[in-house]
Amino acid sequence: MLKGVYNWIDERLDITPMWRDVADHEVPEHVNPAHHFSAFVYCFGGLTFFITVIQILSGMFLTMYFVPDIINAYKSVDYLQHKVAFGGIVRGMHHWGASLVIVMMFLHTLRVFFTGSYKAPREMNWVVGMLIFFIMLGLGFTGYLLPWDNKAYFATKVGIQIAESVPYIGVYIKELMQGGEIVGAETLTRFFAIHVFFLPGALLALLAAHFFMIRKQGISGPL
Amino acid sequence: MSNHEHHENTAHKPVKRSGMSRRQFLSYTLGGAGAFMAAGMSLPMIRFAVDPILKKKAGGTWIKVVEENKITNDPQEFKFNIHQVDGWYVSDPELSAWISKDSSGNFFALSPVCKHLGCTISWNTEKNNEYVCPCHNAHYTKDGKNLTVAPKPLDEYELKIDKGWVYLGPIKANTRV
Ligand code: HEM
Ligand code: FES
Repeated sequence: MLKGVYNWIDERLDITPMWRDVADHEVPEHVNPAHHFSAFVYCFGGLTFFITVIQILSGMFLTMYFVPDIINAYKSVDYLQHKVAFGGIVRGMHHWGASLVIVMMFLHTLRVFFTGSYKAPREMNWVVGMLIFFIMLGLGFTGYLLPWDNKAYFATKVGIQIAESVPYIGVYIKELMQGGEIVGAETLTRFFAIHVFFLPGALLALLAAHFFMIRKQGISGPL
Repeated sequence: MSNHEHHENTAHKPVKRSGMSRRQFLSYTLGGAGAFMAAGMSLPMIRFAVDPILKKKAGGTWIKVVEENKITNDPQEFKFNIHQVDGWYVSDPELSAWISKDSSGNFFALSPVCKHLGCTISWNTEKNNEYVCPCHNAHYTKDGKNLTVAPKPLDEYELKIDKGWVYLGPIKANTRV
């Protein structure tokens, strides 16, 4: 049945070469943990992506209940965690995933560093990787404010104060981040927009560039 | 089937036109129209996003806080409410100030916000006549001078005395150290 559907579509659109081109490629021996167990270090990039997918999916589901408003944000998070079935799980996935994704990204970066994979011709992918790193930090920073509890509020206040210490333009950076003169209603909506639309959009574009370059250049050789 | 390039070199010299070519004209026109449309799209969005830094700030007002004769040489904390407009929320949140007199009898009011990373300081919690921050142990003198951890002295409120009452205004950088 499924095969029939596939063939019917393939006859019309010739989709086989498309996915073959993406999926059919050799995994060299030196990156295959089945050959050398120590090659598991090559899995960290994939694990980072896996957790990113979890963040995006769990985040999308959280927005079904979450309200980015100073009166209701905390109540909506409290409600989704305690009154909605599996709320603790879905919020937990997003909450713990946010830390885990940073850990995985760090391990992946260490692997790239110690295998020297950042060297020519892969310099651009190191740069894109660093941009992804900063986007992730941005997602963590903006997401942390959203539950609007004391920890969220003061972490954001401190973070914005650090940004304010930039010479000359610090005050403007601060007001731009706050969306006003204090950390308040306009900060929460702003951080929400940045957290769920702007940064994920930038992240997906950078990940596409990252993976395109990996396919084009292949994985770096053994040490 | 003659080759164009070949032709040009031999028989027909291309007509020398002054000014721009058709191709150039079209790419300028398309480029200009494209840039105009891109700007028409992005300028409203950018102006929308940066509005907070361009909005006119409301000027500070004086708030009546406490009777003059309640102020001692030892700093005391006084609470007061300010009128605050936060986007679509209007409220009167409570702020606090540490007010005291110096040796020549001048009144001054310090902000309780630690200049390290913004926790809330208080007076004499370690019985050594200093302001102490519980977060990372910043210490300040009675004038707000930073002794440890914090990079700057405590901020000060504008202060005036009127008919026996202490009024506080906007926050300013410390003027006493
Ligand atoms: C890799 C990407 C992401 C990271 C690292 C991240 C990180 C975070 C963090 C640290 C929090 C605070 C969680 C807590 O205190 O429990 C949070 C909350 C939130 N995030 Fe994300 N996030 C990511 C992607 C997304 C996406 C794509 C969406 C939506 C489309 C989203 C929607 C939300 C919502 C609605 C909340 C508030 C609910 C809550 O606090 O539990 N996130 N995020
Ligand atoms: S915030 Fe006061 S010492 Fe760090």
